[in-house]
Amino acid sequence: MTEKTIKLGHGSGGSLTRALIEETLLRYFDSPLLAGLPDSAKVQLQGVPAAFTTDTYVVDPLFFPGGDIGKLAVYGTVNDLAVVGAIPRFISCALIIEEGLPQSDLRTILSSMRQAADHAGTEVVTGDTKVVPRGKADSIFINTAGIGAFRPESALPDAEMKAGDVVLVSGPIGDHGAAVLSAREGLNLDSAILSDCAPVTEVAQAILAGARRTSFLRDVTRGGLVTILNEAVGGAPLGLLLREQDIPVRPGVRSICELLGLDPFYLACEGRVAAVIDAESAPIVVEAVRRTPAGQDATIIGEATAEYAGEIVIETAFGTHRLVQMLSGEQLPRIC
Amino acid sequence: MRFIDDFRNAEHVKALAGSIERRAAQAGRPLRFMEVCGGHTMAIHRFGLPQLLPESVELLSGPGCPVCVTPTTYIDRAIELGRDGALLTTFGDLYRVPGSERSVEGASAAGLLEALVVYSPRDALRAAQDSHDREVVFLAIGFETTAPTVAATLLEAKRLGLRNFRVLSGHKTMPRALRALLEAPEVAIDGFILPGHVCTITGARPFTFIPDEFGVPCCVTGFEPADILASIEKLTELCGPGRRPALENAYRRAVRPDGNEKALALLERVMVPVDAQWRGIGHIPGSGLDLGPQWLEFRVEPPDPERPSAEYSACRCGDVLRGLIKPAECSLFGEVCTPDSPVGPCMVSSEGSCAAHFKYGSQTFTAGLAEIAENGKGY
Ligand code: SF4
Repeated sequence: MTEKTIKLGHGSGGSLTRALIEETLLRYFDSPLLAGLPDSAKVQLQGVPAAFTTDTYVVDPLFFPGGDIGKLAVYGTVNDLAVVGAIPRFISCALIIEEGLPQSDLRTILSSMRQAADHAGTEVVTGDTKVVPRGKADSIFINTAGIGAFRPESALPDAEMKAGDVVLVSGPIGDHGAAVLSAREGLNLDSAILSDCAPVTEVAQAILAGARRTSFLRDVTRGGLVTILNEAVGGAPLGLLLREQDIPVRPGVRSICELLGLDPFYLACEGRVAAVIDAESAPIVVEAVRRTPAGQDATIIGEATAEYAGEIVIETAFGTHRLVQMLSGEQLPRIC
Repeated sequence: MRFIDDFRNAEHVKALAGSIERRAAQAGRPLRFMEVCGGHTMAIHRFGLPQLLPESVELLSGPGCPVCVTPTTYIDRAIELGRDGALLTTFGDLYRVPGSERSVEGASAAGLLEALVVYSPRDALRAAQDSHDREVVFLAIGFETTAPTVAATLLEAKRLGLRNFRVLSGHKTMPRALRALLEAPEVAIDGFILPGHVCTITGARPFTFIPDEFGVPCCVTGFEPADILASIEKLTELCGPGRRPALENAYRRAVRPDGNEKALALLERVMVPVDAQWRGIGHIPGSGLDLGPQWLEFRVEPPDPERPSAEYSACRCGDVLRGLIKPAECSLFGEVCTPDSPVGPCMVSSEGSCAAHFKYGSQTFTAGLAEIAENGKGY
């Protein structure tokens, strides 16, 4: 038997990543706050509740249609705070820079981080800079951590899921993955696809404020819609039934997927949330989310059902069904 | 993308399903059709097409995924080259296919060799240009669809005068493999859904022997749900009383009878037919392609085609590839063997039959698999 080593697929955000975390990290770090691997930990600072998170960004290429690694590094962390119901406040910025990176690139990235932080109502308050020899990193890697506050009156996404609850998505899926991919592959498509990179704080707040019960709220990132929704049903007595025609995918994203043989349901987003809420509140919530800048195309795509416990099932336009499962291995390298 | 939407038109698809049901009733016997293209396998399961078919019509996957039919001896040979210092360049799916001991991925993770995943043979050529003196070996597998792009890349390599670019050819051709299947007494197929992409290159003509010599109908088709159902409708019709077996083309928008002459000429210029070992099927004379005599400077010696592929004894990929069983009938399916820890190539390859069944949970939604539910396999 050879020594087990880390494979690229372990970073996909899918089932291999999950297994790696369970078999290694969680053996060493066993804080109850970490259990369940929420996007942000809910901590108490001398009795005051706060949300705390961190994320590292290694996207290749650094600049892509609709964004760059700097914008991504801020919004990614902001969004991890937003979906636990917190209002993002403070951000850190740690850089690992490869020798040879043009200073102008660094300036562009930092300026876009500043703009993103302002836009999201946060401040970068601490940081660190390391430079490594050529070949020991790829251009630049960024880590950000973030702290958010909870409004005392705000609801949290912690209700119990019930059969008949509905699945909401805040806009078309796969834009970010498709934008990065087309930039990387140099695909010249007539319809330029922009990354959906945006803060989702308002979307998350609109959902939490409008729904009687929110049982699931996540930002759709690495691994795409399906990978995130799998977290909602893992081990649950309920499953989700999604209607394929109702899941919004832009035509440009669809054609890239056709071209490269990818599935849009697994493509990364950077400004979308998926939520499971009670059916009764759904019309009001959809309206409220549509009034936020990042949620104009919000829509209901399916519902929770006792029929397929623990599974996600897609109903096609022809009335046939198929399972969708967590991504195994990697679909795309380094998109966030 | 109107084009694609038209072919997914729900009403049209439902009408085709109705017509298949009527024709199947007229045929009055169970019909087993085989698709021999990994792209078809994926589309069939992604769109849940078996759920639209009457119980008497069954779809089986054939040896149509190039990764799945690549023998362990080929992977072993690639690893050997990598351990001798060559930089291996490979398609992503092949990277993970187990050899007799390990996959290229495994060997790379263990630090035994260096491998680069590429999207096309051109990428491999570029890697050779960037690597100066280091030998770069491209692991060339695939059917008539990919072989011409490799041939074109070799032309380019010659023009550039590259001295460090080599190709380990594991290319295979489809017609001989289908002949071998038809000659095997245990394989009983009532019709073939012919590979649309392969036929774009070869044309439909190389497959006429199927109805002519074996009396089995076949139909070339594309990859949209309506394409696939249209071919099944044709095959069901051809199995009806008083009908004679024939070769039909339901993919006229892409396939001409004589195929793509330019690509074929390119193939002829660079490659020659050789014997080949097919994983799960065995040795098939004249079913492979290797670099021809004028291209020896770019060629690395492939493994002996007579040497059988060393399979894990419990993996039933061979039976799956010949349509003898469905993936869920393999005792390892979904339990021991999953896409995360694949035992056989049919689960590794994204176009493999086991992977398609597992990924889309086909066994869950298709009627007539009660015995699997009993054994508790799959979902
Ligand atoms: S399920 Fe796995 S072990 Fe069984 S035939 Fe398929 S690939 Fe082989």
